[in-house]
Amino acid sequence: MIIEIGHYALILALVVAAIQSVFPVWGAVHSDHRLMGMAPGLAVLMFLLTCVSFGALTWAYLNSDFSLLNTYQNSHSDKPLIYKISGVWGNHEGSILLWVLILVLFGALVAVFSRNIPQRLRAATLGAQGWVSFAFLLFVIVASNPFTRISPAPLQGTGLNPMLQDVGLAIHPPILYIGYVGFSIVFAFAAAALILGKLDAAWARWVRPWILVSWIFLTLGIAMGSYWAYYELGWGGWWFWDPVENASFMPWLTGTALLHSAIVMERRDALKVWTVFLALLTFSLSLLGTFLVRSGVLTSVHAFAVDPARGLFILAILLIFVGGSLTLFAWRAPLLRQGGLFAPISREGALVLNNLFLTTACAAVFVGTLYPLVLEAFSGDKISVGAPFFNLTFGPIMVPVLILMPFGQLLAWKRGDALGVSQRLTTAFILSVLATVALVWFMGVSTTSIMTAFGFGLAFWAIFGSLWEIVDRSQLFKVSLGRSLARVKGFAPTVWSSVLGHAGLGVTVLGIVTTLAFESERVEVMRPGDTLEQNGYHITYEKSWTQNGPNYEELVSRYTLRKGGNVVDIMEPSKRAYKASGMPMSETSIATFGFSQVYFATGDTDANGGIVTRIYFKPLITLIWIGTLFMSLGGVIALLDRRLRVGAPVSARKRKSKTASVTAATPTPAE
Amino acid sequence: MTRKQKRLGLIGLAGLVLGSAVGLVLYGLSSSVTYFQSPSDIAEQQVAVGQRIRLGGLVEDNSVDKSAGSVILFRVTDQAETVPVSYKGILPDLFREGQGIIAEGYMDEKGVFNADTVLAKHDESYMPKEVYESLKDEGHWMEEEQAAAEQTSKVN
Repeated sequence: MIIEIGHYALILALVVAAIQSVFPVWGAVHSDHRLMGMAPGLAVLMFLLTCVSFGALTWAYLNSDFSLLNTYQNSHSDKPLIYKISGVWGNHEGSILLWVLILVLFGALVAVFSRNIPQRLRAATLGAQGWVSFAFLLFVIVASNPFTRISPAPLQGTGLNPMLQDVGLAIHPPILYIGYVGFSIVFAFAAAALILGKLDAAWARWVRPWILVSWIFLTLGIAMGSYWAYYELGWGGWWFWDPVENASFMPWLTGTALLHSAIVMERRDALKVWTVFLALLTFSLSLLGTFLVRSGVLTSVHAFAVDPARGLFILAILLIFVGGSLTLFAWRAPLLRQGGLFAPISREGALVLNNLFLTTACAAVFVGTLYPLVLEAFSGDKISVGAPFFNLTFGPIMVPVLILMPFGQLLAWKRGDALGVSQRLTTAFILSVLATVALVWFMGVSTTSIMTAFGFGLAFWAIFGSLWEIVDRSQLFKVSLGRSLARVKGFAPTVWSSVLGHAGLGVTVLGIVTTLAFESERVEVMRPGDTLEQNGYHITYEKSWTQNGPNYEELVSRYTLRKGGNVVDIMEPSKRAYKASGMPMSETSIATFGFSQVYFATGDTDANGGIVTRIYFKPLITLIWIGTLFMSLGGVIALLDRRLRVGAPVSARKRKSKTASVTAATPTPAE
Repeated sequence: MTRKQKRLGLIGLAGLVLGSAVGLVLYGLSSSVTYFQSPSDIAEQQVAVGQRIRLGGLVEDNSVDKSAGSVILFRVTDQAETVPVSYKGILPDLFREGQGIIAEGYMDEKGVFNADTVLAKHDESYMPKEVYESLKDEGHWMEEEQAAAEQTSKVN
């Protein structure tokens, strides 16, 4: 019964989406207040209906209702509670339903929180969001319905893929999806602006919180996925340039560009058409990612099952939305009033460069990701484009970004002074050279290549150069300490967000460079009592034993890690065999020392009681993820900016103002 | 600077950046992509020693030799031709005989494929797409056989 309610709610949500797609937009174009007024209620209703549907599916998982094909194929009654819940989205149908849930959640959030934006813009935005919701609800119901029953109901399910039975799965997809799908609302805002033909600095101010929220979650989601792959797959890699990783990375790159161009639009009323284009592009790349991941055209951890019909359906959605939004853009954008040009040496000039490099980098990733598919379609040659290609193309494009970043922070709006800024950054430059020399000396001069030293330099420059904004703005050492501190207290949140975001990028780069240059790996067959020495550690294999987990049996191996004769850690990697599927799964064991890690994975046992042991030394690797946390924190602080909550001026009649003469002088927006 | 000059400057700079990027991408595509080859392709075309390729096929039954410690030897077959593979490291969890895999590496002088990466399927009901298609092209794709192989592996 509950399943049927869930199924029915989903179909109702589709109907609501259809209504929301048409009437509010019609109302916005023809200034019909009653039709426009429908939009928020519909958006909230659609969210509630989808919640009921998602809740029903979760109920089936919690109660191990195997009369559902979806639960039968992906669950098992022995599974721990947390994996029963996360198992809901550990499969194709459930993950698409989660996608839709987050999509309609964003619609509801706009309905509830964006009360201060003009009614026309809000109605048109929710209408455009309705189109996306309709397309994906239709996809769920027609092509990937999680509510399909099987009869007779089996007694037991086949279990969730063991690789997905991990805390990572419980949190990685929802967070990544919030980022991915959040850009749909940015897309809807852009489509609404194009339909209404009205685009001004205020638009950027209303959209920016949504860009920020999506960007923060996308950053966290990508970082978490990277860490999950790192500890779960047992290969010690943290980024594979896998098409699916690229699929989430491309919207991140254009989303980051969008974040910056929206600032220019808000502050200087420039780059307007470009900002709208980036908004459309970013969500198009999100859709492309969904297509690549969910259609099964790629070999990947994320491809659950190959079903050509589904792939075609998502491809159709992709083509309709990308084609439709580009057509809308080509038709309406020339009608928008162009923003002004500006001096090349200025804050906005620097932000244009940021956009130029980020979108170019995205284009390089795009080519590398899709070229194999295109080549195979045309010539039949099967190739794989891997890390060497991306390191060669993406790396050099990001170098100028890192070099120019600190300059951008210090340049003034309108007309900057490049020479003056260079002089102000001299101390930061000297600091980064010193830090680079110190790190090269610490790592060993003979083992450090010129390229590595250059990488260190770039990373430190990004860190110190970004932090220098604090010193520069507080006039530290120029005025008294007390006055400097008072100035620091008076900083606008935007100062902290750019400092943290940019320094965070530097920290991530430092982690990447160090790991790439100095990581080491050792693979040995070890027998109990064997000791090997690597990187100053003595590693002793003690013993192995078998033990039972909730739904698996595992062979645990114990290693003692010593440094200078002292035991620093006990490592216990294991190899699990899951009862439901018989599928084996390695669990790694990782010890963290400072920012560096030692990583253990075990392989097969041989006839003589030896076990294949793989040990990785990863210097400063945790900085990669710590840097992304700083970036996200920068985004959170930017959200606190009060300016983002300033609404549209309200007309005199609504405001019930005491000073009628003043309000009459305030220009009212065309509502 | 006039408005026109500024605009030209911006377009020029964008052109320069995009041009360099296009150059990098083309160079990258010509130098650092790896081609997928089946054992039959290797037998026919004589892949150059040391050239990086991806080898895909089924792990031949009774071919896995783990006696050399951490170096594992096995053979990859497409039912027509067979290539011996040597790999040092830990095999993926789902690596089994009779299963489709992709190995990345190069052929050495002795005609042995030195793999540095071995990818197996991630999921019970999943087969690397390239392997599936190359087996189908060779006419050796037998649904029942594969199904039977999976049944036995589940029992184990």
